[in-house]
This record gives sequence, C-alpha cells and structure tokens, in this order.
Amino acid sequence: MKLLRTFAARIVGHAIRIFARAITAVRADWQGIEPVPRQRVYYSNHTSNADMPMIWSVLPAALRRTVRPVAAADYWLKNPLRAFVGPEVFNCVLVDRRPEVNDKPMDKILAALDEGSSLIIFPEGNRNMTEDPLLPFKAGLYNMGVARPDVDLVPTWVANLNTIMPKGEVIPLPLICTVTFGAPIHVAEGESKDAFLKRASDALVALAPQVQS
Amino acid sequence: MSNTTSDILLLALGSFGILLAMTFLGEVLRARQPADTLNPVLDTYMTRVQSWWGMVTFIGLALISGKVGVMVLFAFASFAALREFLTLTTKAQADHISLALAFFVVLPLQYVFIALGWDGLYTVFIPVYAFLLLPIVSALRGNANRFLIRVAETQWALMISVFCLSHVPALMAMQIAGYGDRAVLLIAFLVMVVQLGDLLEYFLGRRIGRTKIAPGLSPKTWEGLVCGVVSAMLIGALLNWITPFGVFGAMAMAGAASLVGMFGNIVFAAIKRDRGVKDWSHLIPGQGGFVDQLDSVIFAAPIFYHLTKYFYG
Repeated sequence: MKLLRTFAARIVGHAIRIFARAITAVRADWQGIEPVPRQRVYYSNHTSNADMPMIWSVLPAALRRTVRPVAAADYWLKNPLRAFVGPEVFNCVLVDRRPEVNDKPMDKILAALDEGSSLIIFPEGNRNMTEDPLLPFKAGLYNMGVARPDVDLVPTWVANLNTIMPKGEVIPLPLICTVTFGAPIHVAEGESKDAFLKRASDALVALAPQVQS
Repeated sequence: MSNTTSDILLLALGSFGILLAMTFLGEVLRARQPADTLNPVLDTYMTRVQSWWGMVTFIGLALISGKVGVMVLFAFASFAALREFLTLTTKAQADHISLALAFFVVLPLQYVFIALGWDGLYTVFIPVYAFLLLPIVSALRGNANRFLIRVAETQWALMISVFCLSHVPALMAMQIAGYGDRAVLLIAFLVMVVQLGDLLEYFLGRRIGRTKIAPGLSPKTWEGLVCGVVSAMLIGALLNWITPFGVFGAMAMAGAASLVGMFGNIVFAAIKRDRGVKDWSHLIPGQGGFVDQLDSVIFAAPIFYHLTKYFYG
C-alpha cells in the first residue's frame, strides 16, 4: 500500500509537470546559480496557487527529489485529494498559519533543513493581490538565514502567473511562464532583520523581466 | 500511392538531402576546429539545422497524413504563436475571459471552419466577429484603463497568430481547375520558397549586404533582400511542377510571397524591439520562438492565398 501510494505520487507529479509545460511552456532561467544539487532555500514571489508547482516543475529531477515546499496546512489538508498531493506529491513541509495553534513553524522548517532538504518558501506569507511587485516580507527568511547561515537563499521570480491564473478566475490562460533563479544571498554579519529583508526583497524584484507595455 | 503522396515524399527527400548536406558541412567545420575552442556561430548553426530536421519531419508527416494532420499541426503552431504573442501584449484581469475565448474558442473554430472549407466564414470570422465580440466581453468587466490598447493588441495577436497563419492550411481548400487534390502541395511550395528565400537572404546579406532597410531595427539589407527574393523566385521556378502556376507564374508567386515575408520579418523585429525582447520565446532551439520561425510565412500566407485564388481559383 505504501509502495502504491509512492508510485501514485510519482505519476501525479509527472502529470502536474506535463500539464504545467503544456499550458505555460514553463522554463527555468538560471541567472545567478547553476542547477546543481546544493542545499538552498528558494524564496519566491507569490501571486497564484500555481507558483509552487511551477518552481517545482522546472527543477531538474535530482533537485526536485530533495526540495520541500513550505506550505499552509489549512490549504493542503482541506480535503483528501489535497492531503495526498501536498504532503506526498510535493513532499511539503506543512505549517499551521492559524494564530490559535502554537505550531512552531520554524522548528519544522529547521528540522527539514537539518535533514538536508532544500526548501521553497514564499516570504510574503500570502498571495500578493496588489499592484506592487512584492508585499513586505515576513521574518521567516531572516530567521532561517541566521539559524542556518551555510544554506544559500536563492531569489526565485515566477513571471506571469498573476495573468495566467489570477485569483477568482477558473480557466488558466496559456501564457509563457518563466522561473528566474538569481544569485544566492546570506545574512551578513550583524545585519539587522529589516535591512536583510529589504535586501532580499530587492534582489527578488530585480529578477522580474522588464517587458514594457 | 497517389501522385500527390509520392510528390510530397520526393520533396521531403529533397529537403532531407539539403539538411544532410548542411549537417555534413557543420560537422566538417567542427572537425576542423581544435576541440577546446568555442565557436558560437557554428553552435547556433548546428542547433538550427537540428531544429529544421524536426520541422521538415513534422510538416512532411502532416502533409502525407492529409487534412486532419495539416489542421492539427497548424492549429498547434497557431496556439504556440498566440501564446508567445499574448505573453507580450498589454492586458488586464478584465480581459481574462476574452483571452480565454481567443485561445479556446476562436482558435479552434477558425481551424474547424478551414477544415470544413467554409471560406465565406473563415475569411471574416476573426476580422469581423472576434473583432467585435471580444471587446464586448472585455468591456462588460468594466475596466477602462488602457482599454483601446488592450483590445487592439489582442486583436493583432489573433490576426497574426491565428488568422494569417491559418491561411497556410486554407490553401488545401483551394479549388483549382485541373489541379485536383494536389492543393496540399501549395503548402509545401509556400513554406519552402519563403523559408529558403529567408535563409539565402541571411547568408547572402551577410556577405554582400551594405544598405540597411530599417537601421536600428533589423540587420536586413536591400542587397540581401533582392538576393533573397531572386533566390526564392529561382526555387519557385524549380518547384513549378508541384504548382498549377507554370514556370513564370511560380516565379512570380514565389517572389511575391518571399518579398512580403521579408517585410513581415521587419515588422516583427519592430514589435520585439518595442517590447524589449530578443526572441518571442525559447521553444525552438536555436531559432527562438514559433513566431520567430514563422514570421515571414505568417505575412506571406494571406497574400499568397488571395493571389492564388484571384489568378488561378
């Protein structure tokens, strides 16, 4: 039964990647890093629920096997299908966002890092519905950078998904999606939280493709 | 095997022969280089040749398989082109439904109408019906910000990627006296004269080109353009046996298609320059996107279609 579930998870994973490629021709642009197996935290802008599957889809197989998206438990445990896809297909680190639950998300994240996994995180905390390129970052990225200073923090810009699948629309538009990986950053010696988060945010926005229209 | 099929096979074999020679040339050039030197021009050339192998194979298989194969191939090409185009156009969330209609309703219907041979409909469906209906759908969402730019750019995307490109398979529906079921060969003729004309324009233009046609926009030169069009006319004359045009008719048709196509390429260069991109996408290795590969065919197709219809239909 365990084997069957693992097998099913792999099939569903392939289906998701094929679907993502067929609709958006998604591709990776490795600007600041090489696609080599190193422990990394890919931190990304968040405009759509499809962001994480897009990043996951463009990672080469060897990197995909060791990457764990950090995702909201309330979303991924909502029904049995999601509870299969989130934890088993994407191997998510599920964290509870509800204020009344004292879940200690950072402990789970650090535990995943200590197991050698790379992570995908969305430091804005929520989907960005504004006209601004990014919402202010939450402190998590800084805390990870301080607690595990050897891990590369890689800015990862997902372009176009807010047009492909905006909140409230049902049909995805087949537009081309590009995932751009920038140069890794680290928390500098004595750098304040706000200064670091500003620097991290600027490094991410700098990756957004400049298409004037 | 019918005459038409054996002619398609002959053309495919001829094209493979050219590609074999080009691959051979590339490998010889590569073998003459020390192993550790980089030669980006040669690498690009080889990647392009590889992509051409794929394209000739796909078009050949589609032409042999008949109407359904041709429709599926060009509908897919239109889809890829429309995706590249609309990725770069101005749009708002208010256009979401009209853009979805463009992809999932207008595009397939256009190819269905062509497959059914309803030329009264497929020649006006996008320029009239889509032109009027999609802005209505967008307007109903109540966002007037840059409205005219949004609807105009969407319509341009549809005209180029679907309407114009669909005139290539529409050649199959052409009724020409004494030509029978051979209209499918017109597709091979159009694609070959335009693409080979482009290729020769590129190589000859690099060698003898002096006077830029549109400085700052495109590397094309008047010298290269004349050489390219003349080459296309000669290739057209060589291929006249697959057309109903006769030798001089084939030359004239090839020249007209190639000339329009080359100016079309400059139009696309202007659009790319305006949007600050080098290629439309990355989908065809060495060439960029589908629109990069098809730009001249896209411009040539409706002209070629209507000239054929007017003079020979």
